[in-house]
Amino acid sequence: MWPNKFEYTRAGSVDEALGAISDEGKFLAGGHSLLPVMKLRLDAPEQLVDIGGIDSLRGISANGELSIGATTTHAEIAASADVQAMCAGLASACGQVGDQAVRNFGTIGGNIAHADPASDPPTVLVACGATVHIQGAGGARSVGAEDFFVDLFETALDDGELITSVSLPNCSDCQCAYVKFPHPASRYAIVGVAVCLKMDGDTCASADVAVGGATVKAVKCAGAEAALAGSTLDDAALSAAAEAVKADIGDWLAGDIAYPEAYRQQMAGVFLKRAVAAATG
Amino acid sequence: MQVAITVNGVDHERDVDPRTLLVHFLREELDLTGAKIGCDTSQCGACTVHLDGKVLKSCTLLAVQADGADVTTIEGLAEGGEHHPMQTSFWENHGLQCGYCTPGMIMASAAFAQDNPGASEDEIRHYLEGNICRCTGYHNIVKAVKQVADAAAT
Amino acid sequence: MSTRIFGSGIKRREDPRLITGEARYTDDIKLPGVLHMAVVRSPYAHANIVSIDSSAAEAMDGVVAVYTGEDLDLAGLPTAWLIPDSDLKTPEHPALAKGKVRYVGDGVAMVLADDRYRAQDAADAVVVEYEELPAVIDPEAAAQAGAPLIHDDVEGNIAFTWAPFDKEASDEAFAKADVVVSERILQQRLLPTAMEPRAAMAQFNAATQELTLWCTSQNPHIHRFIISAVTGLNENRVRVIAPEVGGGFGSKIPCYPDEALVSWAAMKLGVPVKWTETRSENYLITIHGRDHVQHVEMAASKDGKLLGVRATVYAGMGGYLSTAAPGIPTILHGLLYVGPYTIDSVYCKSIGVMTNGTPTDAYRGAGRPEATFLLERMVDNVAREIGMDPAELRRRNLIPAFEDGYDVAAGLTYDSGDYPAAFEKALDMAGYDDFRQAQADARSRGRYLGIGVTAYTEMCGLGPSQVAGAVGFQGGLWESATVRVTPTGKVQALIGASPHGQGSETTLAQIISEELGFPVEDIEVVHGDTTETPMGWGTYGSRTTPVTGAALAHASRKLKDKARVLAAHLMEANVDDIEYADGSFSVKGSPDQAQSIQDVALMAHLAWNMPEGMDPGFEESQFYDPPNFVYPFGTHIAIVEVDAETGEIELQRYIAVDDCGPQINPEIVAGQIHGGVVQGVAQALCEGVIYDDNGQLLTGTMQDYCMPKADMFPNFELGETVTPSPHHPIGVKGVGETGTIASTPTVYNAVLDALAPLGVDQIDMPLTSAKVWGAIQAARS
Repeated sequence: MWPNKFEYTRAGSVDEALGAISDEGKFLAGGHSLLPVMKLRLDAPEQLVDIGGIDSLRGISANGELSIGATTTHAEIAASADVQAMCAGLASACGQVGDQAVRNFGTIGGNIAHADPASDPPTVLVACGATVHIQGAGGARSVGAEDFFVDLFETALDDGELITSVSLPNCSDCQCAYVKFPHPASRYAIVGVAVCLKMDGDTCASADVAVGGATVKAVKCAGAEAALAGSTLDDAALSAAAEAVKADIGDWLAGDIAYPEAYRQQMAGVFLKRAVAAATG
Repeated sequence: MQVAITVNGVDHERDVDPRTLLVHFLREELDLTGAKIGCDTSQCGACTVHLDGKVLKSCTLLAVQADGADVTTIEGLAEGGEHHPMQTSFWENHGLQCGYCTPGMIMASAAFAQDNPGASEDEIRHYLEGNICRCTGYHNIVKAVKQVADAAAT
Repeated sequence: MSTRIFGSGIKRREDPRLITGEARYTDDIKLPGVLHMAVVRSPYAHANIVSIDSSAAEAMDGVVAVYTGEDLDLAGLPTAWLIPDSDLKTPEHPALAKGKVRYVGDGVAMVLADDRYRAQDAADAVVVEYEELPAVIDPEAAAQAGAPLIHDDVEGNIAFTWAPFDKEASDEAFAKADVVVSERILQQRLLPTAMEPRAAMAQFNAATQELTLWCTSQNPHIHRFIISAVTGLNENRVRVIAPEVGGGFGSKIPCYPDEALVSWAAMKLGVPVKWTETRSENYLITIHGRDHVQHVEMAASKDGKLLGVRATVYAGMGGYLSTAAPGIPTILHGLLYVGPYTIDSVYCKSIGVMTNGTPTDAYRGAGRPEATFLLERMVDNVAREIGMDPAELRRRNLIPAFEDGYDVAAGLTYDSGDYPAAFEKALDMAGYDDFRQAQADARSRGRYLGIGVTAYTEMCGLGPSQVAGAVGFQGGLWESATVRVTPTGKVQALIGASPHGQGSETTLAQIISEELGFPVEDIEVVHGDTTETPMGWGTYGSRTTPVTGAALAHASRKLKDKARVLAAHLMEANVDDIEYADGSFSVKGSPDQAQSIQDVALMAHLAWNMPEGMDPGFEESQFYDPPNFVYPFGTHIAIVEVDAETGEIELQRYIAVDDCGPQINPEIVAGQIHGGVVQGVAQALCEGVIYDDNGQLLTGTMQDYCMPKADMFPNFELGETVTPSPHHPIGVKGVGETGTIASTPTVYNAVLDALAPLGVDQIDMPLTSAKVWGAIQAARS
């Protein structure tokens, strides 16, 4: 409950933030991922550079693709008509993060920088082919979400780099959903499944699937996608996809004593079916 | 570091250690002890306040992040000497026992009922996942919130 | 004619300060110059302390002092329930560990600094070298030969063995039975989780030698007694104040090291010292509840007569024996083994085992939930074994209605009960027979509904003191109260008990109002300060309404008797001609002539015109020692649906019919039941401490330990019957723990009923989705 001592700098611009950050420093946006671990002294950065007041990092724009500033809150994303239209799964996932108070101040950038595998937005970002836009002292770069999430609490961010925004392709012609099996205590995902389906009449033309919660990072599930694509999403296809998704995540499983890996793996199959039902329902 | 925060309509300027959590700022610096601390993982909601009109768990924000903000705590919820309708409803419906979760519960519920007039019982129960009560079994809290949400819909 | 307040669900007297944030809990109280204490705690469950280096910590900004166990001149913390005939060992419990730590969180050093953050910085900077030892957490494992020895003076880790019943008679009953069912039941450890963490602040006045300790206590008078013993201060120089207290559930009964440490430091340094635990700290060091491994058997005839119950219980005590710990799995447990049934044979062997877990002690229900669960679980097992509906089996074995005493095989005399009435009412409310049809229909569609029925009674209103003494409780179990009326006719009721959320300021005021006719708004109930209040043993064991309530009723009646005589004198009438109604005394046949209770109070204070021999003033006190426990009872029913695909459980309906005698404030009674039910249901479904093999607490925060949340529950359906206690002045029984006692087996049995067609017959609590799903897979394979 007592964060460690640190140097605090409030940055007015991205350049200022990049100029201020030191090797032992971290960026602070909403603080809703970082402060909880600092309160338990599980993390003790020596410096925080507050980017919460940088206007250019906040907001949602929809010009062909969806662009979401890093310090946009989960509540803003969940409530955004543009996000609901262009990536319903992301709106849903951001609406399921924590509780209302957490969503009011927690940000998408802080969330993905923290890279908690049981958090909800990363799973949708991976499923929907999002791109993470990063700026560092050496310039800007963009990384696909699938490559951005490297491992448990590990991302492709280098020291001193800052997430500026996340962009997603327009998915308004998709059937898109995120379904979560929440841990009863933390309400983080025991398993979370995001599906994004392009339908051609009754046939699924293509499918994007990702799983989080059950895994050390959000995992794109090619086997499940293949099982769904080209099918009419009939029982046989769904069962095949549920089997395939278990194999897809087999190398990345995470679990704990209460909800072991094997259980989460099985539930990924169950919740894949439920996600498809939610997307098409 | 110098911060200026308006709390319950009163401007406060203080020099704080940057690591000071907003809840400690309120409780220790301003002696506004209505916001309680019931956990250290942002789960229980006993510290819930409104920051610029939005519900916030004040244990999950640094005081320096609230610089320039307008904060309302349970002590500032009543207006003109009258209890806020949510305070009245908790009292009338026996929505509290030990009272420790109550300030946060009322702050969260007051914002919810205002934003969600006519909310269903299921919606209320789902919303309250961010606020934990050990005494009441939630039954009468839900009743209290429903009464205000219903009144807001008429 | 005023409104009758007794029996009315009036708004609570305590709420205005609570809904506005104005109430002051311990951590809300500020003293100038206060130092903050942080405790360096063992990261190991079992280890020798090799060395402690506090030099870096002592050099840090704001740090005033660092002390270790070697620096303290404090007596150890006492165990205060010395159960007889059990070969009880009470190992030393120092306020800071000396030489050895025995659970994760055991205090090793204390840091005093001018700021909480800096105190924690310095605590982190204290370097302790440990030599880790093997740890043991499971109480049954800890009792086996070869287990790591936790205290040198507790051989085999066995702190006590309690087995007061006739073993041979039990064996005979079981030998004659047609059917014997058995089960190994795990009563998992629970975290009481009062929403207010514990806190303590001490101030010492060297000139007067007076120590004032503000702390989160359910029993400030017991805290005073223990702090006096530990510090060596005269008891009349120790003032303990329990200000607003945010729930306890038993966890604020014990006197912990932390209260002793702030007291000692305040005396040593001459400045106030404060400590407030964090939730993570609370989960490590504040007592846990339950922690039994039970081997249980029940004997029955094949036509459904329950013949006997017996159990061997390994009760985990943790690293030290907490204040009341030995009494919980023994006196408060084994004596309840027949419950509401006509079972003639009882046997319980309860073994208290030291482990490397956090010390355990009383947690809501304390021993009785563990007894009720095993009994109800076994009744369902018998029903399954003999092919009888579990409700019907219960119906056939309930003790018939009785009004004034019923002796049971476990040695208790129940006060009053009509178990069949509550039982049938609950079944009616649930629509039991219709549900069985709906359940069959649902099963045919692949849906798994289940129903659980629990009939219970329990012993509460803890007293009488003679029994307390006989069972080794190192205190009395009476309560005292003073009803003090001011000259202007306002009432202060001073009580020794210390409510902390139960609404007693309202309930007790309603009793006084009923007895004396003062409006309830004019009655203040004062509690929680050993200097302001008369001696009392505290608020736990559902005893404040029955015991303190009785003391207040008697004190009020003494006042009424005095008032009647004084009123007669003032109205120049014969006492026998005085009629009383609603706070007014009048002369029979002359209704115009009347003296209100307020008039009488004023005249008693003025004492201008008193009857001969009557003392002035208007105040009476009563010490009340109950002649027996009170025994509330009832029947609870749960309906659940299990999602066989995921193992998730949905609690669809919960019906509770409880009988706590006349209800003084039905809304407060309902609130106690709601809250109790949720705590009990949560034990069945989601709460449970998990340690790893090294004794590390894996459920150390609310992220991992599943506190029940609003969306896990339906609205509850409550019913009541009213059977007064024959020995109580107003007939009331306690109701603070019934919900917790009844609800765990109710929901557990409902889930197992739902899973019966899948072949699942046992799952360890809590019934998490993963465990339920796993049990379904195991049964299928």
